[in-house]
Amino acid sequence: MADTRTLEVELSTTGLDAQGRPQRVPLVTGGDTGDFSVSPPPSLEPELTADHMLINLGPQHPATHGVLRLVLELEGETVVRCIPHIGYLHCGFEKIGEYRQYNQIITWTDREDYLNSIGNNVAFALGAERLWGIDITERCTVLRVIACELSRIISHLVWLGTTCIDIGAFTPFLWAFQERENVYNLLEGWVGARLTTSATRVGGMAADIPAGWLDGLRNFIRTFPNTVDEIDRMLTKNAIWVGRTVGLGIMTPEEAINWGLSGPMLRASGVDYDVRKDFPYLDYETYDFDVPVGTNGDVYDRYLVRMEELRQSVRILQQAFDRLPDGPINVDDPRVILPPKSKATSEMESMIHHFKHVMEGPRPPVGESYVAVESPKGEKGYYMVSDGTSKPVRWRIRPPSFVNLSAIPKMVEGHLLSDVIAINASIDIVMGEIDR
Amino acid sequence: MTAAGRFEIITTGHAAGEAPSPVTPKNVSHLAGTPNPSAAALSEKFPLAVERTLVVWGETVVYVSRTSVLEMMEWLRDDPTQRYDYLSDVTAVEYRDFDQPLEVVWHLRSLPFRRFLRVKVQLPKSGPLEVPSVWSIWKSADWLERECFDMFGIKFTGHPDLRRILMWEQYREGYPLRKDFPLRGRFSRAEQLRQALAQNPESRYSMEELTVADAFEDLPEDMRRRLSAGEKTGE
Repeated sequence: MADTRTLEVELSTTGLDAQGRPQRVPLVTGGDTGDFSVSPPPSLEPELTADHMLINLGPQHPATHGVLRLVLELEGETVVRCIPHIGYLHCGFEKIGEYRQYNQIITWTDREDYLNSIGNNVAFALGAERLWGIDITERCTVLRVIACELSRIISHLVWLGTTCIDIGAFTPFLWAFQERENVYNLLEGWVGARLTTSATRVGGMAADIPAGWLDGLRNFIRTFPNTVDEIDRMLTKNAIWVGRTVGLGIMTPEEAINWGLSGPMLRASGVDYDVRKDFPYLDYETYDFDVPVGTNGDVYDRYLVRMEELRQSVRILQQAFDRLPDGPINVDDPRVILPPKSKATSEMESMIHHFKHVMEGPRPPVGESYVAVESPKGEKGYYMVSDGTSKPVRWRIRPPSFVNLSAIPKMVEGHLLSDVIAINASIDIVMGEIDR
Repeated sequence: MTAAGRFEIITTGHAAGEAPSPVTPKNVSHLAGTPNPSAAALSEKFPLAVERTLVVWGETVVYVSRTSVLEMMEWLRDDPTQRYDYLSDVTAVEYRDFDQPLEVVWHLRSLPFRRFLRVKVQLPKSGPLEVPSVWSIWKSADWLERECFDMFGIKFTGHPDLRRILMWEQYREGYPLRKDFPLRGRFSRAEQLRQALAQNPESRYSMEELTVADAFEDLPEDMRRRLSAGEKTGE
């Protein structure tokens, strides 16, 4: 007879007795007779004993950064195939835009890539101004550069914090979100809103910066690099961080271009395409900054690129701070800019102008424009077609994270299930922008 | 990381030669801008396929005929004097005037030459809404073409997996970005709600996903036939 021992083990779900105590299960150490007193449990789902297994990741999962659903075919723990499903947040922004005046659409641009809302405002205003052929004022240009770079910092900090959480580090998340709070305080002081800024108007800005605001910006420029260095010391040579990110989701430069990747995803693969350098806007060619480029195209390089971009954004902010000129923020163009309120309430012509401007909206000439900016996620383009009425015939958003996400099946195949989380995090998706 | 990386760094604009470094466009003219040299090269290479060329706000638009799209795009990518290696966007435009044709728009970038080109195909509404897919040239066309199909109902022939992407697969109201689609949808709110609640997309797997799991082969013959005919599981 096999000798029988009794061990106390905790089984995962069953195995509790009526009093809630773990049951004592006799275990048999192997005897010659093969007489097992405990037979293995019957398989509940016989199909799952097949080689491959289907896993549904999302749509409600904290590590998918929104309502993204990935259907994964696993062989053991290795991903063999990945089929993404999107559209859970689709609310028809582009359709709604065809029924709104240009200045009304700006509030919708807040809500697509909501981590980069003020950057989207700027991008949309640039596209609409191209439709009128307007060149904005010097002060407005510099203020918009400040807005874009602050917004890039916010977006990269959220990316950094959430990716840390995904990979298992908690402290950098708190540091990153603390700094993000500081930027939001600055934005709140400027335009009154934190997340949904709606800061620009066609031909200018909704508001000039208030008195004393630049002190806050100077303070931020001075202190923020310390936080970046701190996170850098915490993560860049951390064995766990390196182990979880190096060699994952590699895209070669040729593949990355062919798949249409942009932003840090493309640059981590070793292509130095940056809209600010290659197709400049807002006088970015006059700022002195570097474009960080990776050479391995993996998750770790994407992290390095984004960390360096944070530092470069501070450089641009410093230069914009130094050169910020005085002057008007709105162009002197009655086609798009409202008359001053004092005139609208005292002069008949200005009142009519104000009324027509608000009720009917400014009308661009017939034409079309595609203006792309370097958003934190990549090349964000607004394509607008005007038929001469006050509402666009077509307002198209070229969403960078939509195109970047389309490469995820290629990136995750052959990697472990746990690496899918890291690769997905490295894309820096915002589902509001993908589904629109 | 070590200084010696694995990939050679690709520098944009390296083929542009002595061209001045790009600057922010100022005082852009409405219709009198300088055309992109690729437009003239295209008309020379494909004289019959290029219908017309114009410059709007400094951006060159080339109208081409539908049948030669694939050939032209391949030439644009591969020709050493063009090298449009980056497909930014694929979308479509429908005008408010019903008689105007639908337009399919490709936004191309040449990273080596730092050029930007807009290619358009006009699809009259009387004919089939079909254009060749450029998926075989640029993989970025995959989801962009699916979205364009989903929103406008334009068929990209040759696309390997042309399914709806933003709307769910059983969506029956039509194509949301078409001008004949009302802003609030075709059906009443009650009907839309009923259909949306009946969807429960997580409970289904598409045909493709069923074949993934090898479960499809284990199904009885009649169920396999029904699924192949488009019926969905998880009802």
